[in-house]
Amino acid sequence: MTFQERVVGALHDRHLQEALTIATTRFIDLRREAFDGFPEGERLRDRARGIKEATLQRLDHWLELLVANVERLGGHVHYAATAAEAREIVVGIARRSGARMAVKTKSMATEEIELNEALEQAGITPVETDLGEYIIQLAHERPSHIIAPAIHKTKGQVAELFSRALGRPVAADPEALTRIARAELRDKFLRADLGITGANFAVAETGTVVLVTNEGNGRMVTSLPRVHVALMGLEKVVPSMTDLMVFLAILAKSATGQTLSAYTTFIQGPRRAGELEGPDEFHLVLLDGGRLRQLSGPLREALYCLRCGACLNVCPVYRQIGGHAYGYTYPGPIGILLTAMLHGQGSVRELAHASSLCGACAEACPVRIDIPRMLIELRAGGVTTATAGPGERLVFRALAWLLRRPRLYRLAASVGRWLQRPFVRDGMLRGLPLFLGRWTRTRDVPAVAPRTFTERWKELEREG
Amino acid sequence: MNPAAPVRASLMVTCLGDVLYPEIGVRIVRLLRRLGVVVDFPPGQTCCGLPLFNSGYRAEAAAVAQRTVPLFGDAEHVVVPSGSCAWMVKHEYPGLMPDAPTREAAQRLADHTWELSQFLVKVLGRTRFRSAWPGRVAYHDSCHLLRGLGERDAPRTILRHAAGVQFVELPGSDECCGFGGSFSVRMPEVSAAILDKKLAAVESSGADCVVACDAGCLMQIGGGLSRRRSRVRAMHLAELLEPETP
Repeated sequence: MTFQERVVGALHDRHLQEALTIATTRFIDLRREAFDGFPEGERLRDRARGIKEATLQRLDHWLELLVANVERLGGHVHYAATAAEAREIVVGIARRSGARMAVKTKSMATEEIELNEALEQAGITPVETDLGEYIIQLAHERPSHIIAPAIHKTKGQVAELFSRALGRPVAADPEALTRIARAELRDKFLRADLGITGANFAVAETGTVVLVTNEGNGRMVTSLPRVHVALMGLEKVVPSMTDLMVFLAILAKSATGQTLSAYTTFIQGPRRAGELEGPDEFHLVLLDGGRLRQLSGPLREALYCLRCGACLNVCPVYRQIGGHAYGYTYPGPIGILLTAMLHGQGSVRELAHASSLCGACAEACPVRIDIPRMLIELRAGGVTTATAGPGERLVFRALAWLLRRPRLYRLAASVGRWLQRPFVRDGMLRGLPLFLGRWTRTRDVPAVAPRTFTERWKELEREG
Repeated sequence: MNPAAPVRASLMVTCLGDVLYPEIGVRIVRLLRRLGVVVDFPPGQTCCGLPLFNSGYRAEAAAVAQRTVPLFGDAEHVVVPSGSCAWMVKHEYPGLMPDAPTREAAQRLADHTWELSQFLVKVLGRTRFRSAWPGRVAYHDSCHLLRGLGERDAPRTILRHAAGVQFVELPGSDECCGFGGSFSVRMPEVSAAILDKKLAAVESSGADCVVACDAGCLMQIGGGLSRRRSRVRAMHLAELLEPETP
């Protein structure tokens, strides 16, 4: 399916429209309330941005420190240059530990490297334990939102899904559905040999991997199985615990409107002698996948992203088409930037234009990433690399040529006035031909005025 | 300021203002003159170049910007009917200049460029007007004026105080109308779906008229209302404040 087909499909999907409107509106309200009651929030956002800037300037230093500290604590650190390498590393760890089943927390990084498919091919069953991801796995789909993977589903659809999986009718009651998932998952936690997580942050000075979750599944995944693998984009390192606190103060507020998420899990290596809980082995996989290239690239700021999803919730385009229409792991405004980062300029030929540049994303972003500016950069990249179509380039260059020639520009207005005659009704145009019909299918447009402002200025000048 | 010397302002009418909405420019000129401003209209204007810039045609936008800056070289203030074009001049023009002298000229222009409501409130200090179109009035925040120029208050101050206006706050007034320039023809279905939400909010607000300070938003919202044959009118601030001359 093309992007255009997915978009039109999404616009006509009644369930999707209902689910999206309800969920994003709720997220927007919760976020606003959270920051309204938190006057120091604005200052902390600036500080968080400053920490990201400074950390990325010495990323090599902070990563070296992180690696040293994780190893000091008895953990193993792996570096993956590509998604394929990351898959091999994780599957290799799973194989060596003889794992048959892996329980997972919600992790966009594992989605990015398409880990579940790789595990299945290696004969290892991945089990998603975050409720949203659990739903998505039952439906054989991919997440459509960075923090709310099943945001595109109504509770009625989830109940249907559960009914089919269990072979008995289930009520469309979120609490009952959660209880069912909980019971199903309990057994999996106890039987799994491998726990796989992402990482919201990793603290360089202490070697601590930090998970921010709401359902308690994160603790199960990181404490019950024998082996724990955490996969993280290498931009997620933060220098110190003090820095971490700045991010924790704004992350959950931006994401779900919570003061803090229900669980903030700190992991420091494997279980040590005398400790009762935790895995025997701990692995941290640092994923590049195109990130390092952007340290000095036009998308550098996108590396500040905390994956809170706030920009998706406020994006008028995301709110209409949902996450799947974008066609890649990361949807929404930040997703377009991340897609370009991971898959190159060619992947965003259309996506770079899937924004009205309204700026709501930059305003909602906890670290104030200037997303619209980078979308324009991507569009400019499309022009210079000629991924923008030749017809489009011709039209815009002709327009630019005309706009530097005021006399011809005025002549063009007169020509337009003459050409439009068959379409004018009461000063408005409807049903225009060619690409202009893309406008007039749903909207009228004012006709070229009988006299332009420039033509009227002569008499206005006399009035004055 | 010397009270004897009148404020002088140059109108940057913009492409949409020149060709599709000349009445907005006419009302701005008459309104400003009524307030004692000496208005001129530097010849040779076309478009600020925002459509080129936003679509990624940076070099082309720069060429347009470079010929526009000198047109306003003598301007004391520049008044623009649209927040988006004002944003282009204020935020992007200096960065599009080839060298230091032209960058300085562009920065001078940027510093003295105002969207109309900002000019009325911040430069002229005028907040009391009489509405030429009495009734219930809602206000739509144009994205570039609100988030680009950070201007939430100036238009609201005017509308709240305008005699004859019953101001109604539009639910989701800060949400995009779905115009987005070329976005509206690149993704017409999504643009229209976003517009539908906006129109539903406008119609449910009970307003007789929705005011915007951007010709782009007016084209989108007005075009949608016209197609729906709605009783609600979309109007530029200048059309609300300055009566049509018989």
